[in-house]
Amino acid sequence: MLGRDIFQIVEYFATCKAETQSELHFFDLPSACPITLVIAILSHVVEYETIIGLEVHSQLLTRSKMYCSCSTDYAGAPPNTHVCPVCLGMPGVLPTVNQRAVEFTIMTALALNCTIPGHAKFDRKNYPYPDLMKGYQISQYDMPMGVNGYLVIDIEGKKRKIGITRVHLEEDVAKLVHRTAPDGESYSLVDVNRAGMPLMEIVSEPDIGSPEEARLYLVKLRSILQYLGVSTGNMEEGSFRCDANISIRPAGTTQYLGKVEVKNMNSFRAVFRALEYEARRQREAMSGGEKIPQETRGWVDDKGITVSQRSKEYAHDYRYFPEPDIPPLAFSPEFVEKIHSGLPELPSARYDRFISQYNLPSYDAELLTDSRAMATYFEECVAIATQNSGRQELPKKAKAVSNWLLGDFTRLLNASNTSLEDCRIKPAQLAELLELVEQGTLSGPLSKTVFEDMFNTGKTATAIVAEKGLVQITDSGEIAALVEKIMAENEKAVADYRAGKESSLTFLIGQVMKASRGKANPAVVRQIVTDKIGGK
Amino acid sequence: MDNLHQLTIHEAHKLLKDKKISSVELTEDVLNHIHSVEDKVHACITLTEEEAIRSARTADQAIARGDIRPLTGVPTLIKDVICTKGIRTTCASKMLENFIPPYDASVIRRLQADNYVIVGKANMDEFAMGSSTENSAFFVTHNPWDIDCVPGGSSGGSAAGVAIDECIYALGSDTGGSIRQPAAFCGVAGLKPTYGRVSRYGLVAFASSLDQIGPITKDVTDCALVLNTITGHDARDATTVPLGVPDYTRALKANIKGMRIGVPKEYFVEGMQAEVRSVLEVAIQKLEELGAIVDWEVSLPYTKYGLAAYYILAPSEASANLARYDGVKYGYSYRNTNNMWEAMEKTKQNGFGAEVKRRIMLGTYALSAGYYDAYYLKAQKVRTLIKSDFEQAFQNYDVLVTPTSPTVAFRIGEKVDDPVAMYLSDLCTLPINIAGVPAISIPAGFANGLPVGMQFISKHFDEESLLKVSYAFEQATDWHNQKPPLS
Repeated sequence: MLGRDIFQIVEYFATCKAETQSELHFFDLPSACPITLVIAILSHVVEYETIIGLEVHSQLLTRSKMYCSCSTDYAGAPPNTHVCPVCLGMPGVLPTVNQRAVEFTIMTALALNCTIPGHAKFDRKNYPYPDLMKGYQISQYDMPMGVNGYLVIDIEGKKRKIGITRVHLEEDVAKLVHRTAPDGESYSLVDVNRAGMPLMEIVSEPDIGSPEEARLYLVKLRSILQYLGVSTGNMEEGSFRCDANISIRPAGTTQYLGKVEVKNMNSFRAVFRALEYEARRQREAMSGGEKIPQETRGWVDDKGITVSQRSKEYAHDYRYFPEPDIPPLAFSPEFVEKIHSGLPELPSARYDRFISQYNLPSYDAELLTDSRAMATYFEECVAIATQNSGRQELPKKAKAVSNWLLGDFTRLLNASNTSLEDCRIKPAQLAELLELVEQGTLSGPLSKTVFEDMFNTGKTATAIVAEKGLVQITDSGEIAALVEKIMAENEKAVADYRAGKESSLTFLIGQVMKASRGKANPAVVRQIVTDKIGGK
Repeated sequence: MDNLHQLTIHEAHKLLKDKKISSVELTEDVLNHIHSVEDKVHACITLTEEEAIRSARTADQAIARGDIRPLTGVPTLIKDVICTKGIRTTCASKMLENFIPPYDASVIRRLQADNYVIVGKANMDEFAMGSSTENSAFFVTHNPWDIDCVPGGSSGGSAAGVAIDECIYALGSDTGGSIRQPAAFCGVAGLKPTYGRVSRYGLVAFASSLDQIGPITKDVTDCALVLNTITGHDARDATTVPLGVPDYTRALKANIKGMRIGVPKEYFVEGMQAEVRSVLEVAIQKLEELGAIVDWEVSLPYTKYGLAAYYILAPSEASANLARYDGVKYGYSYRNTNNMWEAMEKTKQNGFGAEVKRRIMLGTYALSAGYYDAYYLKAQKVRTLIKSDFEQAFQNYDVLVTPTSPTVAFRIGEKVDDPVAMYLSDLCTLPINIAGVPAISIPAGFANGLPVGMQFISKHFDEESLLKVSYAFEQATDWHNQKPPLS
């Protein structure tokens, strides 16, 4: 009894109520063997695989809402100030389709390698809830904007193709704010500002094999949406949301053991943690001989667990039917081609180009092209830095810019929670700093100090250098004097070095640099120290 | 001048233009007349006297400047399902009893641009669901020809109001016959335009793919004049077509020599009143006398599925359209509970009348998982077949002629407990909405002392043929000049 037979038995026990001993004969097992024991044994033998499908909802960066002309710029606005009869769902009003939102959705579908069917239509999704102004959501049921696409992720150096089932367009709902009155009574307030925001849904195939793959898929997807300029991709603010379907099965089989939908994940980290938890929970349930019911579970971030919200028996019947207020949309091949040819360069293409054009290591190219803003910043900076130099200088300067961006720059941005767009150091200013380092005006350590100053004050490198008198000391006479002083003060280190202790040299150089307050040219210092101390 | 309220639009327009009367005089006369007959007819849910006088003054000022169009200064009744900014719009429902829209329907904007005068909001069946106006949550409207009879519905208040001269013309809405059937019952003209001809923005939705606003008037010329103002593309309604609008008055020609008219036999149904049949036969012979070529043996075979398809499609759409009335945002709200779900449920339980609830349940059922294919999808297929029935017919005929309703106005209370008998009253009008084609009902004679309506149907966007044949018939007969005994 080996190989696939075991899987079959496990599947059988997982999906049927096998509780009579007679059924054991079917598998040719000793009849005295209790079922629970069989399952326990098999569960340890069997490897389970995880199957994940993701549904992403992304608000679109249009100026007006999906079906009315209200402004989408409601962040920070008082509740119910970005509303009109249409998004309030008042009697007799009608929706009109936001053309830009349709274009954004087709752009996304094309970027995800989808087929664009010639026709699309809107449908009503019916369910009663106080955040749904009309009592139905105008969504798309069986004729979405894009179908059958894919997205490629890199996992441990290998490329994995994740299928995209569909991309469609719908509207966001109002926000409910739950409150408790002083007398302890709980109540809810409705803020309709968000209602009617264009919302794009991207549904993946159940091709995702691990929580890490899920995370990579989301990072890549968000990056694509940001490149396209259709979404901010901000998960914490809720403009980019993710629900997951997750199940497990014995590796190599095709049947799902239950299907669980996980909601309420508000960050990439939350998605990863929730899926890790859920994959483990389902494996443990299987090992314990339990069945995994089909249900919706919510992620509770502070507890790090998922909890059951709704079982399949209470699943909604949305009673979809075609939206009579909006005629079906027709997309001509010319229209689709026009959008296709207007697509900006996407992350994977830019990654390839960064390697071929700038000769960057793939690690650098990957990190730089992750965000459109960072990649663009990089290219602008390199362009300025190489204005007056030959082509052969390009790789060296590109790597220098990359080092700055991925090193101190990213660190400072993260530490101060600043976005690249809001940062005070513009590409030209970073290029200027690089130039000062290259000319030898600034030493490596000094340049870091100057950079921090630039970051905090917005002043240029030249201005800071002048202000603080930070020009590098390259005069060998001046440096030699310093070296002699330091050697005199550190006789032991000198002796140690001469006795063969290599690290003493570094110590002495460091002391000289310190004494010069970082202004001495490190290369000159090293030369003079080595000369004066003599050979080993 | 006496009895100004009896004027048609074109008569009033001439007097206003020639400065023989002012809009204020006309409006005051109409308002006085309303006060003398309204307690017998009950056509209006809301009277807007102050608003009427104010807009009449504005109209007079415009006229003094020489700015006058056919509807300028002419008093109208608006069915209470069409939103009027600042004026209560109830849909004859407890749910919206105190609802004052902060916006105007697009048709109202168009009327306003012509300096129209609104005298009130007309009674109707709740949310336009019904054929007798007995489903109004407030009161029943009486037929001016016999106050023991219904005026038809759902635009019963509009039709009765026009018949008894409580206005010069009215606007109604028609989802399955709601303009034409009451127009027939009250002996006036009523036209349902092609679906997509008139903006539905601000028309409180019953069945979105069937609803259409149209005029109810004292004669065919007035129908053309109102159409001229309310038709045309509207950016707020994606289902309106971006087609140019003709001057409909050009279709008003008395000559119909050689016009091809078909008589579809399926519309002369079993259970049709014999007197109605003979009135129709005489009327159609009149058309022949006028030179039309009449084919008495036309068949539209899918007509018989119209009623069934309609009572799947319309309630399905209604079940979604009426979901918004949950007491959270506006309108009636049940508050005697601490439970949100109970509040939403009780709001619907108490806020809607029986017929509305019946249709919501019917539609919810038809759309439910497992039933969608058998009901909604099949009804959509029937819709396609009915449409192609008409398309084929219009390859051979310019217009089709049928009775508007199988019977004349029935007695109040006669059918309230028998929904199916009530639904049958719309048998001849429903297929027209399902196909989306235009149709008109005009007075064709009397049966048992009550008016009989004749319906003309034409192809999509050919309202002109309807007006042409109706006008010719009207010029050759005197039915439209008959006044109900109550006046």
